[in-house]
Amino acid sequence: MTELKNKESEIIKQGKNDWETKSSKKSETRERFKNLSDIEIERLYTPNNVENLNYLNDLGFPGEYPYTRGAYPTMYRGQLWTMRQFAGFGTAEQTNNRYKFLIEHGQTGLSVAFSLHTIYGYEASDEKSLGEVGKEGVAIDTLKDMETLFDGIDLSKISTSMTINAPAAILLAMYIVVGEKQGYSPEKLRGTIQNDILKEYIAQKSWIFPPEPSMRLIIDSIEYCTKNVPQWYTISISGYHIREAGSTAVQELAFTLADGFAYVEAAIERGLNVDDFAHRLSFFFNAHNNFFEEICKYRAARRIWAKRMKNKYGAKKTESLRLRFHTQTAGVSLTAQEPENNMVRVTLQGLAAVLGGTQSLHTNSFDEALCLPTEKAVRIALRTQQIIAHESGVTDTVDPLAGSYYVEWLTNKMEEEAEIYFEKIKEFGGVIPAIKANFFQKEIANASYKFQREIEKKERIFVCVNKYKPKIHEQTEILKIDDKVASEQLENLKRVKIERNNEKVREALKKLKEAARGTENLMPFIIDAVREYASIGEIIAILKDVFGIYREDSIF
Amino acid sequence: MQYSDLINKLIQKETRAAARLITLVENDINAAEQVINSIYKYTGNAYILGITGAPGTGKSTFISTLIKNFLEKGKKIGIICVDPTSPITGGALLGDRIRMKQYFSLDNVFIRSMANRGQLGGLARATEDAIKILDVYGCDLIIVETVGVGQSEVDIFKSAHTVIVLLVPGLGDAIQAIKAGIMEITDIFVINKMDLGGADKKVAEIIQMLELKMNYKYESQENSEIYAKIEQWTPEIVKVNSITGENFNILLDMINKHEKFLKNTGIISNYLKNRIKSETMQILKHKLTKKVEDLLYSNKNIENYIDKVMEKSLDPYSMANLIIEMLGIEKKRDF
Amino acid sequence: MEKKRKIKVLVCKPGLDGHDRGAKVIARALRDAGMEVIYTGLHQTPDDIVNTIIQEDPDAILLSILSGAHNALCPAIMEKLKAKKINDVLVSVGGIIPEEDKKFLKELGLDGFYGPGTELKTIVEFVKNNLKR
Repeated sequence: MTELKNKESEIIKQGKNDWETKSSKKSETRERFKNLSDIEIERLYTPNNVENLNYLNDLGFPGEYPYTRGAYPTMYRGQLWTMRQFAGFGTAEQTNNRYKFLIEHGQTGLSVAFSLHTIYGYEASDEKSLGEVGKEGVAIDTLKDMETLFDGIDLSKISTSMTINAPAAILLAMYIVVGEKQGYSPEKLRGTIQNDILKEYIAQKSWIFPPEPSMRLIIDSIEYCTKNVPQWYTISISGYHIREAGSTAVQELAFTLADGFAYVEAAIERGLNVDDFAHRLSFFFNAHNNFFEEICKYRAARRIWAKRMKNKYGAKKTESLRLRFHTQTAGVSLTAQEPENNMVRVTLQGLAAVLGGTQSLHTNSFDEALCLPTEKAVRIALRTQQIIAHESGVTDTVDPLAGSYYVEWLTNKMEEEAEIYFEKIKEFGGVIPAIKANFFQKEIANASYKFQREIEKKERIFVCVNKYKPKIHEQTEILKIDDKVASEQLENLKRVKIERNNEKVREALKKLKEAARGTENLMPFIIDAVREYASIGEIIAILKDVFGIYREDSIF
Repeated sequence: MQYSDLINKLIQKETRAAARLITLVENDINAAEQVINSIYKYTGNAYILGITGAPGTGKSTFISTLIKNFLEKGKKIGIICVDPTSPITGGALLGDRIRMKQYFSLDNVFIRSMANRGQLGGLARATEDAIKILDVYGCDLIIVETVGVGQSEVDIFKSAHTVIVLLVPGLGDAIQAIKAGIMEITDIFVINKMDLGGADKKVAEIIQMLELKMNYKYESQENSEIYAKIEQWTPEIVKVNSITGENFNILLDMINKHEKFLKNTGIISNYLKNRIKSETMQILKHKLTKKVEDLLYSNKNIENYIDKVMEKSLDPYSMANLIIEMLGIEKKRDF
Repeated sequence: MEKKRKIKVLVCKPGLDGHDRGAKVIARALRDAGMEVIYTGLHQTPDDIVNTIIQEDPDAILLSILSGAHNALCPAIMEKLKAKKINDVLVSVGGIIPEEDKKFLKELGLDGFYGPGTELKTIVEFVKNNLKR
């Protein structure tokens, strides 16, 4: 058998050589073809490129180890991905209205974008919050705002994803209390909290505390949810922001998985059993322009995760080995020039995510290079997903691209390149030491500068940006956030502070501070504080006193 | 005088005037001459601290903690962050400001970044002038901080009263420092990140190297001009933790001790003489280079000389001597 | 042979947004064009920025704001500069700035708006050609 195979591979090799000589390389438009990760692509892939591929070991069946072909056995034949459009702006009341609009149009999960002042744990009235309140996401200061945000939405029927990191524990606490007030115990709640602080240091930069206490808060929330909120996804380990910060696809893959392993190690160190928490970790990837590269990235991610979880961390349950992920199409790929073209980009990116086996998807609105999305743009983005799901036929079979020489070769290649990065990170002594040595930051800064130079030199074509540039700029209708949002939010906050029992707030904060100095799990203390309507700003200020703040070296 | 308005404002301690004057002296040696000419008599009050350390030694955190300690003593502080690395394009990225941000809004801290603007020795000269401006601006303490450990630091630190070199356990930075000749001008060695393992090993390493250096020093007494400042001073060594502030009190005492030492032994006047000499050298280099350049591009004879050198009827040395004659400077072998 | 004066530029990230890819890429491009660049890092308040401008005395400032907070942050910065009588510094802004906001910002004295997709050389040229001193 092997002899026969060797012979066949010899024949193909010879044949390919002959074919290549016949068709001169000069007739190609470029000297070299490279994808966005700078991996050189051959003209043609043959069985020889994947000759070491072992079907059962390397691909297997969907829903089975090593999960290369998909997280679940039936994939979209069983259940479509969750269509989850990220939304949030202005006051809690405004966003509540947008949520109701999305649910009405068939959206199946909520995804909360928070105001920057909330993300950084400042009160709306802080000097640092100037101009930011409600601009990029919904303004939340206290439990009161969260009650408004989910008013009329049954938390036992919907799953909610919250994009929040440094103050994640506080927003999770608020969600638990809102559920409680709707009459549901925590085990009824379903959703995801991003809670991924490592990628903040690496890319997104919305940190507050230094890495060590931040990790403690995350492990606290994992530990708490494992016991009390079992249906909650405790971290959404995110490559999205790493990519948006300018990384390549390989870097996104490698850095994100490295972060994931760092959380697993930290939780094991806390004394948790890997099979008790691993199935509540999920991932969040970007869907960028290079179609096949993206698909192979997702496939490689599943395989790397499964292998390591099994071989390195000794996970035994299927759920612990299965990597599930949310995808958002690439914000950086959208152009302000002829913004309608973005619909086409988003379609291709969304399709890549689906062919890569995503569990949920956010498709960007075409006007996002100009402003926060208008209702019309959001609707088109959601329809794009529905068209992929119901009209294109790509959901009819699982992992339809498997077995393509190119796809399998590239999946392998992405995995190999990621492994090289894992080795480098190991040399630093792990993710946190590598962050402190600015390793990731430098890698990303270099990649993004290189990409920009390639655009400028027209080595890469970006339609309407460096080629086919439009002569006239058409006006597109845009959404403007009323500047009244900030003053309304200040009023809301002021009112809460008058109406709440300030004595109880002080008491709760005092207890939290004491607990923070020790080693107890902080979740119950945070829940007690938010229940008394302590603001996020107040809680963060208390924790800053104990934990200190993070400062970054600026690398570029 | 052209800049009298700015200079008056500087004397009245106006921040913006100080900043603008630094820009002027950076950009233009003629402006520098006029400015220094009018403010020189007001200088001489600031204590100047030179600090260097290789990347990764935690220099910014160290300096931040040091500043905090000095601010508590009510000092007004000037910081000049010098980046002598000169990329081919001549630009520079000056990132240190970021890390010191927490002191920004304080009225008592003035931070200025300076980069190499291409002229040989120009940076040391411009730094020297910026120090004088900050001195007149009323800074009690001026910290000159540089990014690396290299030869350029030696020039820049000629004006510093006390030179601190920052090292960390486990880094080969001490070797670098020796190679660059930094050891010879160091007054205090600070081992930062003392919480890391190997701090004591680093101390032993430095002691060993200092002993070697001392021997060398005794053997070559005639070099005393270079060592005028440290002849009787044995460099101090201290371990610190810049995050917790541990041992900064010891470091402050050492700086104090070194200042007293300079004054009590009279070495400070020796030091001042050296400083004036080296500064004048910098200016001379600059001026003469400019003069030579001007001559080279304006005098028609030069082309003739070049032709002669090409025909081999003249050699480059002889041509140089001819040019020196044209400059009106005595021809001397060791010029 | 008069050497050209070095252009000094301050690249700032005011406000809370952490998207610094653009700011960093621009800082590098300006450096590669021979300018001296200071990047302030993230989360600068208007006071931070004005203090840095006073001390560093740059020829130009580039503000990078992607959070939509430009209509609050730019006026705050411009007012503080005005109060300090600083009027010879070119102030530009990069980010997602709608057309009608540009008009408003231009009236405040900002000049040069770099939206997504602006080529680096456009920015470099703009800075070179629009200095106020």
